[in-house]
Amino acid sequence: MEPILSVRDLCIEYHAAAGMVRAVDGASFDLHAGETIALIGESGSGKTTLGLGVLRLLPKSGRTPSGQILYRRRDGRVEDVLGLPNEEMRRFRWQECAMVFQAAQNALNPVARVWDQMLDTVRAHRPAPRDDVRERCERLLGMVQLEPRRVLHAFPHELSGGMRQRVLIAMSLLLDPQVLILDEPTTALDILTQRAIIEVLRSLRAELHFAMLFISHDLSLAAELADRVATMYAGKVVELGAVRELFYDPKHPYTLGLIKAVPPVAGDLFEISSIAGTPPSLLNLPPGCSFHPRCDYARERCAREVPPLYTVAPGHASACHYWSEVQLSRKVVARSE
Amino acid sequence: MSEPLLALDNVSQLFRTRQGEVRAVDEVSLAIEPGQVVCLVGESGSGKTTSAKIAAGLRKPTSGAVRFGGQDIWHMDRNQFRAYRRAVQYIHQDPYASLNPIHTVLDTVATPLRHHGLVHGNAAALQRASELLVKVDLTPPENFLFKYPHQLSGGQRQRVSVARALTLNPQLIAADEATSMLDVSIRVSLLNMLKRLSTELGVGFLFITHDLAIAKYFAWSGHIAVMYLGRIVEYGPTPAIINAPRHPYTRALLSAIPEPDPDLTRQRDRLQLRGVDVASLLRVPSGCSFHPRCPLFEQSLCDRLRPDLAAIETRRAVACHVVAREQAERAQMVAS
Repeated sequence: MEPILSVRDLCIEYHAAAGMVRAVDGASFDLHAGETIALIGESGSGKTTLGLGVLRLLPKSGRTPSGQILYRRRDGRVEDVLGLPNEEMRRFRWQECAMVFQAAQNALNPVARVWDQMLDTVRAHRPAPRDDVRERCERLLGMVQLEPRRVLHAFPHELSGGMRQRVLIAMSLLLDPQVLILDEPTTALDILTQRAIIEVLRSLRAELHFAMLFISHDLSLAAELADRVATMYAGKVVELGAVRELFYDPKHPYTLGLIKAVPPVAGDLFEISSIAGTPPSLLNLPPGCSFHPRCDYARERCAREVPPLYTVAPGHASACHYWSEVQLSRKVVARSE
Repeated sequence: MSEPLLALDNVSQLFRTRQGEVRAVDEVSLAIEPGQVVCLVGESGSGKTTSAKIAAGLRKPTSGAVRFGGQDIWHMDRNQFRAYRRAVQYIHQDPYASLNPIHTVLDTVATPLRHHGLVHGNAAALQRASELLVKVDLTPPENFLFKYPHQLSGGQRQRVSVARALTLNPQLIAADEATSMLDVSIRVSLLNMLKRLSTELGVGFLFITHDLAIAKYFAWSGHIAVMYLGRIVEYGPTPAIINAPRHPYTRALLSAIPEPDPDLTRQRDRLQLRGVDVASLLRVPSGCSFHPRCPLFEQSLCDRLRPDLAAIETRRAVACHVVAREQAERAQMVAS
């Protein structure tokens, strides 16, 4: 099946005072209709930039020197998002591809009621009778487990963090997009609120069939919701595969390191190990594989040769010369009785 | 059981806000023995940070007592209080706000040493500060001593905070989410360092976190106290709390956690709560404050009577009417 969104060799650069920085370097992946992909990685890995780049929402200093973002419309036409005229781009956002931003408290207008913000969003795109909009708002708010009557008349400060996050999710779906991009949708929320958001996303996806690309440093969220996972490091997608393969048989040392750093809460006590060193500065990336100075598997070749994405199994790719040696094992420190 | 090093005895903390009085900590009792690790776990607003600040003497509770070696810290003489201050140190949550930006690492670490008269002269201060930096893995120390906070990464700053906390050879460190603002790999190395310090130096820890995975790892041989709306609702040895929680709130929390394991997290049975949203501290529900969300709720019991934190086994306590009754029934059955 044709993907709905196909990112091809995308590069994104920022012009910073200290020089040019390549925040995303040759990223490629396909997102299929109804599918969920998680982009995981630590801060500075380029995952948020990639998400913003797809919607062409980069800050002024950002450029997209090369690559393609191919989007397939509902009528089957495929077009490159990077080539869309500005007016078309405005339509593309929200109607085709919507984004739920990080930090829900800052993404809503503090001096406007939820209803006004939702109505404005719809009317910026198409003329719509008030009653129709209200009906759609009430339906979506109900779907995210909020009381429409109460929430529509509330100002953002009258809602809790978890409620605001759910308002944003409902809002992003107002114009029925085919793709939803979520940036850290549960970060900074309490566990029970996180659980509510996860369940809301799961039921919305089942009912509305949109595709999701979510960005998170939280591996648990990927384990909960993703069909496939892409690990990013220093601007590159270094591993891409089905969620179970990536978690149970990671083939990139960085993914392996992330997994070993966050053990499950239930059951035995595992040893937690950290990844040596710190993430590199994008201004001054190590030669060859940019992970090699922190990597237990690294050899002389790694400092010389940039690893391509090797296919390690059907649908599973890793950018590591020595992927075949990478094996997940966890040391049990104590058994739970 | 040995004499507790530090004990919170029925402490409460009231805050007056424009919207009314808020009881951030409500009759909390907790004892920490020498070298023991206790984790305070709870969601935001549960009172865990305030409790830790009270334990560290950074905040005088509205009522109740904090005892250090059996003595009330707010009724100590000057020398005793200084000894307490040396023995109990606090590490703040935010490594970006807790270091003075115009002090070098050396200034930061040497100030408490000089203030408490533990070193005399610059050479000795430098020597001792270097040793402390080595202890927190900031090596070689020469590379860090003369740096300012803005020249350090978040992880390095947090290590400086730890080094500062160690200057006075404390017996107990209260660490507030000491690792929550950092990226996962940095977070883990910091956590491993704190763990090593707790075993090597025999320092006790009062560790505050909202992350049960961190609590499990850090306090496996210690205890966890679960807080909800200012009260401790469950207390017990870490493995028991993690794998056999009794209080419905603890059970809900543990069953709600997203796990970094696709099969485990997608197949888990979830405890259904009756309500999603946490009550405001301004309007704490009557009786058991968890009752509007609790799946075990019993009318005219849970909404009227506040349950006490009652022992159900040695070193294990739960504040829940239903659990307490089941426990009593079980005991009766065993007896007959």
